[in-house]
Amino acid sequence: MNLKMLTRALSAVGGAGLLLFAASALAVPESEWRRPWALNLPQGVTSLSEQVYNLHMLVFWIVCIIGLIVFFGVFYSVWKFRKSVGAVPAQWHHSTTVEIIWTVIPFLILLFIAIPATQTMVKIDDTSDYDMTVKVTGYQWMWEYEYLDEDISFFSRLDRDSDRARQRNPEIRPQDVEHYLLNVDNPLVVPVNTRIRFLLTANDVIHAWWVPELGWKKDAIPGFINEAWAEIREPGVYRGQCAELCGRDHGFMPIVVVALEQDDYEAWVDEQVNGNGEAEETAEVADEDNGEVAEQEDMSMDELMSVGERVYGNQCLACHQAEGQGMATFPALAGNDQVIEDREWVKDVIINGVSGTAMQAFGNRLNDEEIAGVVTYIMNAWGNDSGEEVQPADIRAAR
Amino acid sequence: MSSTTHDAHHDHHDHAPPKGMTRWLFTTNHKDLGVLYMVFALIMFFVGGAMAMVIRAELFQPGLNLVDPHFFNQMTTMHALVMIFGAVMPAFTGLANWLIPVQIGAPDMALPRVNNWAFWLLPAGFVLLLLTLFMPGGGPAGGWTMYPPLVLQLGDAFPFLIFAVHVLGISSIMGSINIVATILNMRAPGMTLMKMPLFVWAWLITAFLIVAVMPVLAGAVTMLLTDQYFGTSFFSAAGGGDPVMFQHIFWFFGHPEVYILILPAFGIVSAIIPTFARKPLFGYSSMVYATASIAFLSFIVWGHHMFSVGMPLAGQLFFMYATMLVAVPTGVKIFNWMATMWQGSMTFETPMLFAIAFVILFTIGGLSGVMLALAPVDLQYHDTYFVVAHFHYVLVSGAIFSIMAGVYYWLPKWTGHMYDERLGKWHFWLSMVSVNVLFFPQHFLGLAGMPRRIPDYALQFAEFNMISSIGGFAFGLSQLIFLWVIIKCVRGGEKASDQVWEGAKGLEWTLPSPAPYHTFETPPVVK
Ligand code: HEM
Ligand SMILES: [Cu+2]
Ligand SMILES: [Cu+2]
Repeated sequence: MNLKMLTRALSAVGGAGLLLFAASALAVPESEWRRPWALNLPQGVTSLSEQVYNLHMLVFWIVCIIGLIVFFGVFYSVWKFRKSVGAVPAQWHHSTTVEIIWTVIPFLILLFIAIPATQTMVKIDDTSDYDMTVKVTGYQWMWEYEYLDEDISFFSRLDRDSDRARQRNPEIRPQDVEHYLLNVDNPLVVPVNTRIRFLLTANDVIHAWWVPELGWKKDAIPGFINEAWAEIREPGVYRGQCAELCGRDHGFMPIVVVALEQDDYEAWVDEQVNGNGEAEETAEVADEDNGEVAEQEDMSMDELMSVGERVYGNQCLACHQAEGQGMATFPALAGNDQVIEDREWVKDVIINGVSGTAMQAFGNRLNDEEIAGVVTYIMNAWGNDSGEEVQPADIRAAR
Repeated sequence: MSSTTHDAHHDHHDHAPPKGMTRWLFTTNHKDLGVLYMVFALIMFFVGGAMAMVIRAELFQPGLNLVDPHFFNQMTTMHALVMIFGAVMPAFTGLANWLIPVQIGAPDMALPRVNNWAFWLLPAGFVLLLLTLFMPGGGPAGGWTMYPPLVLQLGDAFPFLIFAVHVLGISSIMGSINIVATILNMRAPGMTLMKMPLFVWAWLITAFLIVAVMPVLAGAVTMLLTDQYFGTSFFSAAGGGDPVMFQHIFWFFGHPEVYILILPAFGIVSAIIPTFARKPLFGYSSMVYATASIAFLSFIVWGHHMFSVGMPLAGQLFFMYATMLVAVPTGVKIFNWMATMWQGSMTFETPMLFAIAFVILFTIGGLSGVMLALAPVDLQYHDTYFVVAHFHYVLVSGAIFSIMAGVYYWLPKWTGHMYDERLGKWHFWLSMVSVNVLFFPQHFLGLAGMPRRIPDYALQFAEFNMISSIGGFAFGLSQLIFLWVIIKCVRGGEKASDQVWEGAKGLEWTLPSPAPYHTFETPPVVK
């Protein structure tokens, strides 16, 4: 079974992706740094992140001491030199000596900080000597990971539970979702003790890829490729978020990195590439599921519309607007005759996009149910009332 | 005899203000314009504050409770634009208008008609900007930094945003040229540059910064406009351009801009502390030199906003070292204020309370600035709530506290009445406590991994966000006291003496309170 079929099968299962299942089955520990009332940067899990953390603590203590000197000086004056306790004002207003002292000493302190800062910066910047490369592409609003040395690539999106809980009138409460907004369907799986080079870019607007425990963030810029690196020392699940404002759902494109022991990682790669062993079994399950979906056949109109409304809100609304009225170069969908009459065309546009425009292909980002839902939704919402019901099976056939 | 004691009633050479609306519409009087600027700034402070309340209300709890994320983004974007260009800058310009002529012994600003036009462009620009919120697709939502390509996704509001920025830019440039011309040409005999009050010095330098960088901003947004409508590709890789180039140009404006927002504050605090410490300012000339070097350095540090864009190592290091250097003159200023208080004889009226709070809280912001200056760690801090905490410490408890200090300090001179000291103290203490409840926990949030500009967050951030929001609401409500004190003081109150404050020194305190409509028509002689 090739990768494309596998990912398709996976997306058909929906819900928590299989990739995550594979990883969590190995019981990779959650990082302890992420917890309520957390106050500080993480020490992290790479030699780089530890160095960054140490620099942070060094400068933190230095500024605390300077701050305390200033506060103490001010409060002492306020206490001691009050008119109400009979303080008589001196009239001096100049002293070259002290002025030189408080210019030179801060300068020396800065010099002292600059040395480790420079060393750390040089180390961060050195992306040579890598063992493997992962290309990270930011999209509005998900990430794509491509393993350049393997035939593996997939999209990574906000997990379904978080997605349900983050709606305006949610079916489930954020409080009931584990790792709310910090969980994805398909995490990035990497091996420990391996120098990984990241190549970062974006497809639409600027994003920034940030996992605090790796010690850095880096912008993902459309048309350019940035480099960064990490060598993770401990197996574990490390979570992060997009850190550059990228539009409506900027807050909803988390990052999850699952670091595995070398052997486990290789098994995972094997699963992805060859669909071997366990993965094949699960993939078969997926196939069965697939069958089931086909047999279940029709989703009800209500189901289609509610899935469609959610997908529309997350993927389409930013351009085509809340009432489908469109905006500037983004065409209106409400009252659009072609949308109302030509379901084949609508399916095609959503699956394959329209080249040369901002309309992207959603075929590999949304599963059959989601596309079926959103096609049905736009053909019926806002008075379009075509009465058309497009089922997941139709979408599968059209892919 | 100076014209300050001139009796306007027996003179018809337009010495008394005309009545009604036209007085304000056509006025070229620096005091009228100063008042207009300040009233405008106060209104914008509440408009921007209302937006901040929406932001803090949405962030009160996890989940999308109140607004759509797209609207949330409009709020963060507009909040920043309104506060920077609508509240802080006009408030400083208003203070400059009112005070610079009376502090240097000039009868008015050098270019009174320019002054009128510069002011009236402001409400026009802001009406334009605020109305975009009601356009299809909503107002600007890509952040006040307007980074492409995101900003190009803005709908019908896009050209209005650009045009509004141009209008506001022209207004500040004209205002600044006027200030430079006034300071350089209109000083009273004997008022040498090194005798000028520090507020005047700070504004002279600020005005040069504005004249230097506002056109750069105008250029940057014009390039956005042509990218959007005229087929250029300055910022689009597909056409051979570079989105990062926008950031370079923007921050070449943007970093000096943050100093535009703080240098006048330094001037105000340097006026207030000596008055209430009853002791001359320590190190006047080093204050001037420190201000000038901060202004110079501000042109070569812009890259510290962009450590994560992938600059070459040499660039990162250069911007890191240059930014660290800023801490030296900034430190000098803080130490000078401390030395001014040392062995003084202090009293703690509201202006002094705000000034002391400024020294302490601005220091916190400056120190977190030093942390942010370190490129390798900024890769962690950048675009998190740690940065949000940093710039609110320097802007709210820095710039805005200084403005409030200044308003309390000069209000008796403007109105002729003492403000209500008891209410002023309430305003101070409530603001002082709530501003820290509001912003201090944001340091923790940022370090613990919360990105900025997000409408909803992971459950681990719930506690500190709730605390911060409570602080926010308290701070917002406390400002109503400020409004009330001002209204009350304009309407009446204990009669203010000419000098108002026992320790006050400078030409403005030789004038009657309220100062007459025209002052120093015959220049005073400064010894
Ligand atoms: C010792 C002095 C200061 C230093 C070393 C400093 C340093 C920095 C650095 C490195 C950043 C970028 C952080 C990031 O985005 O990762 C920053 C952001 C910022 N600073 Fe400062 N700063 C100082 C003082 C000030 C002052 C006086 C102001 C204004 C009154 C100010 C306002 C801002 C603002 C508004 C931002 C954020 C801009 C944005 O991204 O929206 N800073 N500062
Ligand atoms: Cu993003
Ligand atoms: Cu800056």
